[in-house]
Amino acid sequence: MALLDLEYQNIFTRVQVRGPAYLGVAISHEPAGRQGKTSFSHVFGQIGDAQVGPIYLGWIGLISLIFGFAAFEIIGLNMWASVGWDPVQFVRQLFWLALEPPAPSYGLSIPPMDKGGWWLLAGLFLTISVLLWWVRIYTRARQLGLGTHTAWAFGAAIWLYLVLGFIRPIAMGSWSEAVPFGIFPHLDWTAAFSLRYGNLFYNPFHALSIVFLYGSTLLFAMHGATILAAGRFGAEREVEQTLDRGTAHERCALFWRWTMGFCASFESIHRWAWWFAVLTPITGGIGILLTGTVVDNWYLWAVKQGFAPGYPDVYPPIPDPAAAAAMGAPR
Amino acid sequence: MRLGFYSWLTIACLATAAVIVTLVSFERPPITAIQRGFRGTAMELVYNPRTVAVNAYLHGVPEAPEQADADGPKAKDVYENVQVLGNLSVGQFGRLMQSITEWVSPEIDGPTEPGAPERGCNYCHNPENMAEDSVYTKVVARRMMQMTKHINEHWTSHVGQAGVTCYTCHRGNPVPLNVWSQTPTPDPSRGRGFTADPASQNLASPVVGMSSLPYDIFGPYFEGASDIRVNGTTPLPEGNRHSIKQTEWTYGLMMHFSQALNVNCTHCHNSRAFADWSQSSPQRLNAWHGIRMVRDVNTAFIDPLKPVFPANRLGPMGDPLKVNCTTCHQGAYKPLNGARMLAEHPELNLISATPPPPESARR
Repeated sequence: MALLDLEYQNIFTRVQVRGPAYLGVAISHEPAGRQGKTSFSHVFGQIGDAQVGPIYLGWIGLISLIFGFAAFEIIGLNMWASVGWDPVQFVRQLFWLALEPPAPSYGLSIPPMDKGGWWLLAGLFLTISVLLWWVRIYTRARQLGLGTHTAWAFGAAIWLYLVLGFIRPIAMGSWSEAVPFGIFPHLDWTAAFSLRYGNLFYNPFHALSIVFLYGSTLLFAMHGATILAAGRFGAEREVEQTLDRGTAHERCALFWRWTMGFCASFESIHRWAWWFAVLTPITGGIGILLTGTVVDNWYLWAVKQGFAPGYPDVYPPIPDPAAAAAMGAPR
Repeated sequence: MRLGFYSWLTIACLATAAVIVTLVSFERPPITAIQRGFRGTAMELVYNPRTVAVNAYLHGVPEAPEQADADGPKAKDVYENVQVLGNLSVGQFGRLMQSITEWVSPEIDGPTEPGAPERGCNYCHNPENMAEDSVYTKVVARRMMQMTKHINEHWTSHVGQAGVTCYTCHRGNPVPLNVWSQTPTPDPSRGRGFTADPASQNLASPVVGMSSLPYDIFGPYFEGASDIRVNGTTPLPEGNRHSIKQTEWTYGLMMHFSQALNVNCTHCHNSRAFADWSQSSPQRLNAWHGIRMVRDVNTAFIDPLKPVFPANRLGPMGDPLKVNCTTCHQGAYKPLNGARMLAEHPELNLISATPPPPESARR
């Protein structure tokens, strides 16, 4: 049982203290007092706070959900239509189905609905939904007197989304350059994007994005592990420990200085994490935006810049047969 | 803390799901990797010896009958209406007829489907008069013999010295098992009217290895000569207008190669620079000629037979059933594992010659 003794693994919340529902601090514009219902969930309490609600939707949240739902329906119903409205095939092939952007011949014009118009409309609705949700995140944070870090982090993701589906297609002069809505089809698009533009791995901004992505997971693991490991000393009370170092902070800091000679502070680790996470889509978006617009073949660009290594020939050199045929070479 | 019932239930459900996903998603080892390029470039051929052993029966070669005497009277002097096999001796002629029967329309033990054409000699011949061309399959067979000779004479760039015989495609079936015909576009069973055109992709299609890539790839590349190359040859944009969508079509074609030969991308390509010939394996050159050979076969030999075939031998768009890589390869990187079957059947080299393919077919 020792292996499965999850208490010792510190995965689930050990003690759930159940008091009256907490409705939050007073906010500035509160004409009618706090609204909304609250309840408690033991299961939620295992992994988070047991209190559910109050939730604030507001007009902006409501409109965002409506547009998001409309985009979801456009995508889903067109997927369903693409299997002849067969419910069984819709479920079986769901991961393969997609709503495709217009063909290259349409450029940036507005195509008929069945030739990519639905894709444009779904993209427009989804963009409206996402931008309104951003507004909601921003205004909710301001209402509580918080900083707007969450909104700007979400904005970094929106930047990548807009580069892929809007900014880069406009720069390339064709909606067809954008990503289809679909599970496997968007992955195939990603592979084809790299193939078409000569291997994205030679794109330095792609490399940076991977650094920040993997760095984010590393920092998340280090930080999560550190706080859980010192949980018995109250390390989860990070704010108090920031202002007045307790033994948890001292032990955690010493642990990292022992192991790597340097440690973050209880405050700075969160700035590290925030910047790594935010820079992942920011650098990724820059890399996508440069592809096709500024660089056409990343591999050849890397050769030109001298950072794609050469390898010894294993086979006798193979001339391009099309070039040989065009020059009238003997067959 | 002792876990409650719901916690255990959650853990049990997650564990069950993980086991199911693992079992249905992954291939059981062992996996063998054969290095095919410079170390560190990940150029390797990956296969599972277990599945190779299971599929080995697909690539066996039937035993050849005893060689026939090449001397003696010629078939054209003895039989009537011998148009392409006239230079064979009577002995060779009989041996080839025997082999073709075994390769293409062998007698079936046990009951056949009602209404199915008779097998054996009569699949092509009218038993009342073996010489007449009243059975359409005889006309097709004659043209297919010329095609075999044409491939062995003019497409050694792809088939090498191993060559091809009727068996390379037919494998004992009157119609080769792996053929294709044009698909209706737009597909009436998919999006209609106001709903989005699925653009011949985004369906789990065996043509492209169950990926969601475009699956209507044979018409453009194996009958037409659509552009396969999408990469630019300059680092910076200098007018290469190939689209990502077009790249997906090329990608689909490559998936067909991969499926047909049971190889991965690095059989031919260095995946860091797919387009670069100087980093590719010699097999890529062979494949390049293969694409042109398949095009030549489909357009010069099979498509012109359209009026000869009865309706039930045509595809839904009314075109004949054509060849692709799988027709011969059937999962082996060399058909029949590279067996030199042509050498055992010298009669096939005596078929009357056809003109070589036009220069444009080789570009």
